[in-house]
Amino acid sequence: MENSEEHKIVSFKTYLIILVSLICFTLLSVFVTKIDLGNISIIVALSIAAIKSLLVFSVFMHLYYDKKMYSIMVAGVILLMTLVLIITFLDYGF
Amino acid sequence: MEQDTHDHYDHEGSKLGMWLFIFTELLFFGGLFIVYGVSRYKNGIAFSMSAEELDVTIGTVNTIILLISSATIAMSISSIQMKKAKLTIALLSVTLILGIIFLINKYFEWGAKIDHGLYPGSDVLQQFGNGETLFFGLYYFMTGLHALHIIIGMIFIAVMIVKVRNGKIHADRFVQLENAGLYWHLVDIIWIFLFPLFYLIA
Amino acid sequence: MSNSNLPNYLEYKGKYKGIFAWIFSTDHKKIGLLYLYSIMSFFIVGAILGLLMKLELIAPGKTIMEAKSYNAVFTMHGITMIFLIVVPGIPAIFGNFFLPILIGAKDVFYPKLNLLSWWLYIIGAAIALSSQFMNGASPDTGWTFYAPYSFRTQSNVLPALIGAFVLGFSSILTGLNFIVTMHRMRAPGMGWFKMPLFPWTLYGTAWIQLLATPVIGITLLMVVAERVLNIGFFDPALGGDPVLYQHLFWIYSHPAVYIMILPAMGVISEVIPTFAKKEIFGYNAIVISTLLIAFVGYFVWGHHMFTAGMSETSLFAFSFLTFLVAIPSAIKIFNWLATLYKGSIVLKTPMYWAVSFLFVFMIGGLSGLVLGAMAINVHLHDTAFVVSHFHFIVFGGVGFAFFAGIHYWFPKIYGKMYDAWWADTGWIVFFFGFLLLYTPMFYLGIAGMPRRYYDYVPEFHFANILSSFGAFIMIAGLVIIIINLFRSAKNGEKAEVSPWGGQTLEWTISSPPILENFEEIPEIK
Repeated sequence: MENSEEHKIVSFKTYLIILVSLICFTLLSVFVTKIDLGNISIIVALSIAAIKSLLVFSVFMHLYYDKKMYSIMVAGVILLMTLVLIITFLDYGF
Repeated sequence: MEQDTHDHYDHEGSKLGMWLFIFTELLFFGGLFIVYGVSRYKNGIAFSMSAEELDVTIGTVNTIILLISSATIAMSISSIQMKKAKLTIALLSVTLILGIIFLINKYFEWGAKIDHGLYPGSDVLQQFGNGETLFFGLYYFMTGLHALHIIIGMIFIAVMIVKVRNGKIHADRFVQLENAGLYWHLVDIIWIFLFPLFYLIA
Repeated sequence: MSNSNLPNYLEYKGKYKGIFAWIFSTDHKKIGLLYLYSIMSFFIVGAILGLLMKLELIAPGKTIMEAKSYNAVFTMHGITMIFLIVVPGIPAIFGNFFLPILIGAKDVFYPKLNLLSWWLYIIGAAIALSSQFMNGASPDTGWTFYAPYSFRTQSNVLPALIGAFVLGFSSILTGLNFIVTMHRMRAPGMGWFKMPLFPWTLYGTAWIQLLATPVIGITLLMVVAERVLNIGFFDPALGGDPVLYQHLFWIYSHPAVYIMILPAMGVISEVIPTFAKKEIFGYNAIVISTLLIAFVGYFVWGHHMFTAGMSETSLFAFSFLTFLVAIPSAIKIFNWLATLYKGSIVLKTPMYWAVSFLFVFMIGGLSGLVLGAMAINVHLHDTAFVVSHFHFIVFGGVGFAFFAGIHYWFPKIYGKMYDAWWADTGWIVFFFGFLLLYTPMFYLGIAGMPRRYYDYVPEFHFANILSSFGAFIMIAGLVIIIINLFRSAKNGEKAEVSPWGGQTLEWTISSPPILENFEEIPEIK
């Protein structure tokens, strides 16, 4: 198999920007959950976690630079997990 | 073993294999997240009460440690592509050390909990009730399994350091390093979700 | 085209000699045969266990064993047949042997990992079977390990759980290997939609192996933790939820049915066009329905739990989804029938198996719809009807397709022809025995005979006698088939390159194939 694909070199600067924003999001989620928002606070915390993982997936794990196929696969797997979770909860929440 | 023609190098193929492995890991933890979700749904108050026993500061510090280590291993891949082997080794070593610090924190955290008698089957937990028992059962099981993945990842990274030093991994052949990175990021992503689910629901 | 002069893979002298030339070989063909021999050995064990059960049920009351031994026997029958035979089954044997050949590759993408998968399979099997020989009773939970009994029973459940966990790893690695192989190693010119149908079904299967098996892995680990560490995930006494165990178990184990049946469908999709001398009807429809089955098959697990006390919403959703997943399976049946229509059909042994596959698979599928309807399910749940349905689908589906495959590819694997008369005789005896064994169980189930009991009321006697006789006839057929193949592999006539006139790539290379299959990687136009 030929191996002619060019591999993009991601700059240190990009990684550092992402790192700083990841840390900010972490602190934000700690801060938000300190305020009493009731049930909403866990939703906020999980949404922030979702954003953080999106950043890790797309930049650290290079999904943004790689072939689209990988992104589609990851999206498919996450969709599958979500559907399984939702369908399981049909037995508990409804 | 008997066919040397297998020694072909296919960067994309190897990376695809690693991604597929990561998917199985995601589903592996996915099963646990389902158990967590259902248990929490049925024992919401007990879960919030138990979460107060966990130290948010240690959790936050550990989160940040893992995030930094993720960034350093990502940077090591850029530096091997720029043909800077020494920098690569330095960055990988930093990653490794951060992994060790994470585990040390974890050790003290677990130790403190166990000293307070908070472990599955303990007398203290039995006085609390079922929800608390479940919470700590899940806490130990999920963070323990995560720590196991950290250890595997660290072994993976240590092997990479050796291979970079031997020149087996270089600017034209670095897919193994990339795969090690992918694995480490996966461990990071799982922690990104474990952190709010255990520490931030008080 | 004639056979090549290069040494074939069976004669090739590698680094190791004797048995080591097999158990350390990374040649996908040898690994396929390793799986064939190990799976067939376990199959004989499982079949004997099944026969013992049928012998016990030949008369009411105790016939040859006590209730406790009966529980142990059906548990071991289930664990062996499911985890050791039908789950790896066709992908591990024919997938390993023919996937690289069918897509025009020299081997799979990770040959060493492939060998590791086999080793993990053997290690997992050894751990699981060790539960029989350790101190204490052998496992009696059924292959489902339902909570809370699975952590309350004193029997040796632990080795069975750990064995199943290791077997899961083997299954995952095989799936991973196949996906990468199909993505990266197709011969030049072979686009995705030029790939034969057997690889396509392996592709769907591999994704299920990859994405469903980890769930059972973690579930089994949690049961281990319950037993060893006293954590109460599923223990109601410790706040856990036993129905949640059933959810997780079936999130894997229902898709696992598709791990078993999809490759079987793939084999049939290869055999039928060859013997109808026609191209397969509706290639695209079969590919798409394969992927649809793989996807929708994830979301129907709850139909195993209709009487477990789920919410009404789930009952409705799962029943609905179950009917939905029947559609792509039916599409395939119509495609095969349409392929036969106006073909010039040649009735040889593989074709007999393929056509009888259609018959038993239809009965299995339609009885599955009966069970998918909620109201009827409540009546039939945990009766002999379920056992019959399950065996029609899994044994009828996978077993018949496996025998179709082995009789189809045997000349290629060994380079020898088998004795067709004995092969046909084996088929008709087996087929007749199969029907006699399982058909009475439909009746028994409707009449109300529960499964997993060593005893029954006298009214059920006659049907049980029929069923037990069927078991003996079927085993007789099995013996004929195995002896015939075994002898032919040694002494059969030499096979040509393409004895059936098949159109896929394996029929262009010599029988048996040379070490790396192709003297020159073919170009597909």
